[in-house]
Amino acid sequence: MLRSPYIPMTGEEQQKILDVVGVKSTEELFSAIPEELRLKEDLKLDEPISEYELKKQMQGLVEQNFDQSWSTCFLGAGVYDHIIPSTVKHITSRQEFYTSYTPYQPEISQGVLQATFEYQSMICELTGMDAANASLYDGAVALYEAVILASRYTNRNEVLVARSVNPEYRKVLSSGLKYSGIEIKEFGFYHKDKTDNDSDSSRTGMINQESLEELISENTAAIVVQSPNFFGIVEDIKTVAEKARNAGALSIAVCDPISLAILESPGSLGADIAVGEGQPLGLPMSFGGPLLGYFAVKKPLIRRMPGRIVGETVDSEGRRGFVLTLQAREQHIRREKATSNVCTNQALCALAASVYLSTMGKEGLKEVATQCINKSYYAYKSLVETGQVSKVFDSPFFREFVVRPEVSPQKLNEELLHDSIIGGYDLSGEYPELEGCWLVAVTEKRSMDEIDFFTGKVRNICQGGISVEE
Amino acid sequence: MKNRDERLIFEKSVSGRIGYSLPKNDVPGIEIDSVFPKEMLRKAAPELPEVSEVDVIRHYTKLSQQNYGVDSGFYPLGSCTMKYNPKINEDIASMDGFAQMHPLQNPICSQGSLEILYKMDQYLSEILGMEKVTLQPAAGAQGEMTGLMIIKAYHMSRNDEKRVKIIVPDSSHGTNPASAALAGFEVVHVPSSESGCVDINALKEVLDHTVAGLMLTNPNTLGLFEEDILKISQMVHDCGGLLYYDGANMNAIMGIARPGDMGFDIAHLNLHKTFSTPHGGGGPGSGPVGVVKKLIPFIPAPVVEKEDDYYVLDYDRPLSIGKVKSFYGNFSVVLKAYCYIRIMGAKGLKEASTAAVLNANYIRKMLEDYYDIPQNRICMHEFVLSAKKQAEKGVTALDIAKNLLDRGYHPPTIYFPLIVNEAMMIEPTETENLETLDAFIDAMIDIAIRAGEDPQGLKNAPKTTYVSRLDEVKAARSPKLAWGR
Repeated sequence: MLRSPYIPMTGEEQQKILDVVGVKSTEELFSAIPEELRLKEDLKLDEPISEYELKKQMQGLVEQNFDQSWSTCFLGAGVYDHIIPSTVKHITSRQEFYTSYTPYQPEISQGVLQATFEYQSMICELTGMDAANASLYDGAVALYEAVILASRYTNRNEVLVARSVNPEYRKVLSSGLKYSGIEIKEFGFYHKDKTDNDSDSSRTGMINQESLEELISENTAAIVVQSPNFFGIVEDIKTVAEKARNAGALSIAVCDPISLAILESPGSLGADIAVGEGQPLGLPMSFGGPLLGYFAVKKPLIRRMPGRIVGETVDSEGRRGFVLTLQAREQHIRREKATSNVCTNQALCALAASVYLSTMGKEGLKEVATQCINKSYYAYKSLVETGQVSKVFDSPFFREFVVRPEVSPQKLNEELLHDSIIGGYDLSGEYPELEGCWLVAVTEKRSMDEIDFFTGKVRNICQGGISVEE
Repeated sequence: MKNRDERLIFEKSVSGRIGYSLPKNDVPGIEIDSVFPKEMLRKAAPELPEVSEVDVIRHYTKLSQQNYGVDSGFYPLGSCTMKYNPKINEDIASMDGFAQMHPLQNPICSQGSLEILYKMDQYLSEILGMEKVTLQPAAGAQGEMTGLMIIKAYHMSRNDEKRVKIIVPDSSHGTNPASAALAGFEVVHVPSSESGCVDINALKEVLDHTVAGLMLTNPNTLGLFEEDILKISQMVHDCGGLLYYDGANMNAIMGIARPGDMGFDIAHLNLHKTFSTPHGGGGPGSGPVGVVKKLIPFIPAPVVEKEDDYYVLDYDRPLSIGKVKSFYGNFSVVLKAYCYIRIMGAKGLKEASTAAVLNANYIRKMLEDYYDIPQNRICMHEFVLSAKKQAEKGVTALDIAKNLLDRGYHPPTIYFPLIVNEAMMIEPTETENLETLDAFIDAMIDIAIRAGEDPQGLKNAPKTTYVSRLDEVKAARSPKLAWGR
């Protein structure tokens, strides 16, 4: 009998159990497995190590990582480096939360149930929607689920998606819908063509309403727009929602939750479904996962929502309590007729978001959003003033903006690494029309000194100065 | 019944209180109104709570005290593998060097994280007996969806477009048929035989050239190993279909047998079950998917590859089904599972499965005189008993579950699988000691005895929790899903 800190059974106890069960050996327990399938040798894995050795090894491994605790991040593109208050980790580290399962037994799960109810409420407050679910895997998957909902609700099979929606989301959407019978049609955004000389009218970076209109038909199930869009530009959700409504389609708005402290909510602007990425609400970037997909709808769509939903009710003595509700939509009851296959979601991430939003509160979230705007505008102006980067769009943006530097974004990013700066996102790959353009994110976490240092370095690199590693 | 403060965090809000601490806005300020047109700005701020930091901590600490986790006590929730979550895993996952990494950083400065992904592909492939594993799916259900899309892509690549059906046993998890439907398949259920395994004759009848694949949990949800698995895989392969392994029950057979050797072509794992990562009250999980060699071209992109001594992300995969989730999956969950495998090693994993199976059989044997056990033979890591004897006296599986709450246990899974009346699915896992098992057995026996003597006395449980039984009908009929709405 091998001894392990996580397996309390002793050799004696093993023998006792074998006797009770009435088998001679542990091998006999597995006699239902055909002999030829039973492994004769150990799995080929690395030799086991102790907790201390593991920690040492992991410390070695993180030294090969370039993390934000000692570098300065100007990279966003869907995942953002925001300040996370200490409260978040302390609460999510409470074992009663993180070591519990989905709250199937409400009497001993009021903690996670009430916290989820409060999370749903906060999402409704931010988005101006009537109801939200308990979470989905990430913003991209939330968008996929929203499109499935829209197609089933309208009984139509085309979805119109702005090209200014995060490319990562569009990829997840396109693979998810591949065999669903739902067709994706993309519409563009206004940008200045290279050959275009100086007509300002066409460089808003906002969706191209004419090309959207051309695509709308009686097959349109939904129109998807992101605001702030992938370029940081705030879109006109209201017009899109009206167009969708007139066509008998649903409008789906992908919104950043922090921006909603200041920007008008998609609900007020007429959107039917709001989805997005909750990572900015107190979750570390974690190399892209776990993230947090939020999903909120207007009243008529409540019973069509995917995933877990918590509702308020009373117990047998009339006390307020919370339960998983509207379960008749779900896979464990409806099987192949369920609204979605989702089971495990991102509950602990939703808890983190609730603690974040409670800590920040009404005023704090607005302050975060305000600083994102102030600092990103300051960085934008400073960069343009270097004379080494040019403007690309001319619309109001939130936290993130596009510029065209004199040297390629790839080269720029490589050089900036020497100064422990994680540079912006190179748009060349996903947007050939924005070849050489650079998407820069500036959150409240960046100080004026950091921004000045960054713009100084960008100027030097563009001017051909070599950044020397010390 | 314990007393509690019923107020929501919103109801504790006092105008003017703050709980945040932010750096100064040290750049030259700009007027928001001058940047954005008026119609873009909110008329009213979202009604978030206005509370101090201590209010936040007290509120959520009190909520946590109304919750039950694995660290609180025994959690024999069948099919969920509620084993202990080692603390070192949490410590490592929260190291800045892992947690503070942006997914789109240049791979040159994320070699440490990429190595974890690369090694986990190797470890899990070995454990499953598969050629390659994608770590992208965020949970078991998403793993299923990924696997089904791979099945579809495989048949399409061979211009075999008539394969529209996915077969699932009637004992399968609800996610199986739901995922199959979402992936655009027609779902065909096959019944289980008297012995609780797949009915071979019934399977034979539904197998034809329109079958794309079969989804199977093995050991199945009754905790039984499908003894005819080699025959089943032969039959499915002979008709041109593929075999999908639902890995929810992998905790029974780590290091003992491998899905790949059984003939499965695709398999998912639940790292939040078998590999000790916490469930978090319902996620985040992780549902990696392993495939045999011929299916590698179809797995989601990107794939982590090693070129010389350097890890790269390979996006150039023309036959790939694409992306099922942003980036590379739930990285920090994968990292915790990596830590678990490193500490357990091959022998440790085998020992874990052996102990899990021993514990399940011990409870089964100790309860067999008190409860009906439809398949009362050697089980794997879990077994299903039926409370039908007790139900005849008016004490249902639900009542038994609620009485267990009063005795300090999380109850087993109830009313699943659907093919057993008054089902209670018990999965103790390997991380529980004998004293815990004995105490739970005593509680179950005591409840069974009381069900015979005083059934009415068991109907009002729970009595010791913060709330009593909740009105679920009211919750569903007039849904109240958010504060103030």
